[in-house]
Amino acid sequence: MEWLYVLMPIAGVKIFWPGLIILGVGVGIIGGFFGMGGAWMVTPGLNILGFPMAFAIGTDIAHMAGKSLISTMRHGKFGNVDYKLGMIMLIGTVVGFEIGAQMIMWLERLGSVEKVVRYLYVVLLALIAWMVFHDINVKKKKEAKMVAAGGDAKDAVGVEWHKTFHAIKIPPMMHFNEAGIYCSMWLPVFVSFLTGWLAGILGIGGGLIRMPSLIYIVGCPTHVAVGTDLFEVAISGVYGAGTYTYKGRTELVAAVIMLVGASMGAQVGAVATKYIKGYGIRYAFGLAVIGCIVSIVLKLVAKAQNIPILDDASTAVVLATVSSLSLYILLRFIAGCKKELAEIAAKG
Amino acid sequence: MKTRFIKLFSWCLFACLALPEFAHAAAAKVSNIVIVADTRKFSGWEAWWTNLYNESHLYFALLTMALIPTVGVIFGTFADFLMGFIGIDLKSRGDVGH
Repeated sequence: MEWLYVLMPIAGVKIFWPGLIILGVGVGIIGGFFGMGGAWMVTPGLNILGFPMAFAIGTDIAHMAGKSLISTMRHGKFGNVDYKLGMIMLIGTVVGFEIGAQMIMWLERLGSVEKVVRYLYVVLLALIAWMVFHDINVKKKKEAKMVAAGGDAKDAVGVEWHKTFHAIKIPPMMHFNEAGIYCSMWLPVFVSFLTGWLAGILGIGGGLIRMPSLIYIVGCPTHVAVGTDLFEVAISGVYGAGTYTYKGRTELVAAVIMLVGASMGAQVGAVATKYIKGYGIRYAFGLAVIGCIVSIVLKLVAKAQNIPILDDASTAVVLATVSSLSLYILLRFIAGCKKELAEIAAKG
Repeated sequence: MKTRFIKLFSWCLFACLALPEFAHAAAAKVSNIVIVADTRKFSGWEAWWTNLYNESHLYFALLTMALIPTVGVIFGTFADFLMGFIGIDLKSRGDVGH
């Protein structure tokens, strides 16, 4: 079975290459579906495959750049990417990320902040999970009211916090056609600055924060939030791939092998958004966030109480989340394809 | 056309100014250890590959930035081709709600 292992030229370790492809497919499907890079899912997976930690982040970012680029193109063809909004948000993301990164270095000089950052991350993720499930709950209540009144519950929506933000009319006001919103240019700039700042402080890509912010604060429909977020991930990913490789921290052979699975998986994830309504995506996203919270909490407890088994449990939670979510999306994709093909056959 | 060129120029200028800041931010998170690949284990393209990594991280980074999007686009397009081949409509998303 020697042929199933490939020697990584830079890292100098033998890796089970089908494992890289399977991991790539899983995170590709999730990335294309939710519009995020998914570093929190990839790094533990690479570790399990025997990848040295020094190369895990760079390799992850490199593969992320390729898969986000192709799924942005796919979402773009569906009209899910608001490029104007993406470009404007890029300004805030860059400035916010830089300030956040500088701030965390300043805090590190003052003392250990790692634990604080981890706790902040958990609180933030808990807030996001609450927002998502509260939104779904509100929608269900509205639907029930509409049905009770004898109306059609099809157009029921959950929370509409974005309307409050849209009412703030600081010039210049802008139309974002794909997103179907009209608001002050400063709203997306401010939101992207805030999410970029948080990403810089937490040392993450930011897709996990940006996607819900685009929905709940900027007011994008779910599908446009997914596509526009991927556009940002693609741009920062290509640059991140370059900068990490320049520092010698990318195992390009592994990134390419992963990318074979991830780019195809990302297309499946992107097309699957056709078959799942906006609120279905939000619900699955909420579950992904909960999986992320549980894994971080387990890691925190493992470190604080010195219980190594909890560290393994954390990795197991991440892998279980990736497997179950990607399987769910894949099954919905297959069911949607079957239905669409049956409809085409019935028409023709 | 002129307006487009001005817009394009503005964005390029913005990217040139902003992206090094990203690099600066990323640099702080990577510790200053130089990792050298062991070329003795390899021959052929693998030896060339490891030598390229050891000799110039810059060329290696440029190669990465060209290779990654290319591989992504090739396999993504292949997946598109397969999905189009089985008859999925890849041009519209239909009514997907909010």
